[in-house]
Amino acid sequence: MDVASAKLIGAGLAAIGTGTAAIGVGFVFGQFLNSALRNPAAADGQQGRLFLGFALAELLGLMAFTVALLILFVF
Amino acid sequence: MAAAGKIDPMHQFTVEPLIPLHIGKYDISFTNSAAWMVASLVVIAVFMWGGMKREVVPGRWQMAVEGLTGFIDDLVKVNIGPEGKKFTPFIFSLFTFILAANLLGLLPLALVPGWHAFTPTSHFSITGVLAIASFSLVLIVGFWRHGLHFFSLFLPAGTPWYMAPLIIPIEIVSFMVRPFSLALRLFVAMMAGHILMEVFGSFIVNGLSSGSVLGFGVGTISFLFIVGVGALELLICALQAYVFALLTSLYLNDAVNLH
Repeated sequence: MDVASAKLIGAGLAAIGTGTAAIGVGFVFGQFLNSALRNPAAADGQQGRLFLGFALAELLGLMAFTVALLILFVF
Repeated sequence: MAAAGKIDPMHQFTVEPLIPLHIGKYDISFTNSAAWMVASLVVIAVFMWGGMKREVVPGRWQMAVEGLTGFIDDLVKVNIGPEGKKFTPFIFSLFTFILAANLLGLLPLALVPGWHAFTPTSHFSITGVLAIASFSLVLIVGFWRHGLHFFSLFLPAGTPWYMAPLIIPIEIVSFMVRPFSLALRLFVAMMAGHILMEVFGSFIVNGLSSGSVLGFGVGTISFLFIVGVGALELLICALQAYVFALLTSLYLNDAVNLH
């Protein structure tokens, strides 16, 4: 296998990580909605924590994306 | 680009000098990145000046400005507490600058041949400076208020002594990685969105210019998709600006109140 195709395969493998971040973000919002429907009065006060969880989960996906881009365009 | 049929999603991120300027061996040209930052500054200034008339019965414009300032005021009050009021201008500047830069970068200026919108926040150098600004404010405030007690941030109160060797390195690493993660999140989110739109935009152009039925189908589907992605991008622009402001205020909370 030559280096160019190995690079493409590596970038594709790295991009799997974005999918796992999607699971995480979906979990954050799903759980929030789940509990917000049980207690709608308390939901508005927790939006900051919702977006904090979203940001932390999303960061890992973005890092996977960065790794894919680094493999494709830098090395 | 369309004629060649080759998709080049990274071209939109090139920084081009508009007014070349060199001092010694340093290149301090006025680039398109700087121009778009000035543009976002102008937008913010016009928006704020238009709504700061202090009328007793506020009009629409003043309500919009009051909504924005009230939103940041609430954010700071909830996350830092009453002592956080003096950080409101900083958080507000960060939020409005990132929001304006993000949104201006989405303008469909490419309709004018030879032009294209540029997002300053899709560059790590810009978001890195913003993150370093907020991180250094955290350090300055922390050491100013608590002196060397600030290091107790690395050991949460009530941690059993046998856990300390494990907790302290984890907390130090998570503290040190903050400016990096703050900058990386904003920059990658903006860049990913622009690459996605560029790629699907190229699908439309290449699909239609191929002239075949399959190409037309791909172009139509890509067009429908890009409408949705465009709406999502608007959401992401606001969300990333909000997340940056939220995380900065949370980090400031650590520095002001310890934990």
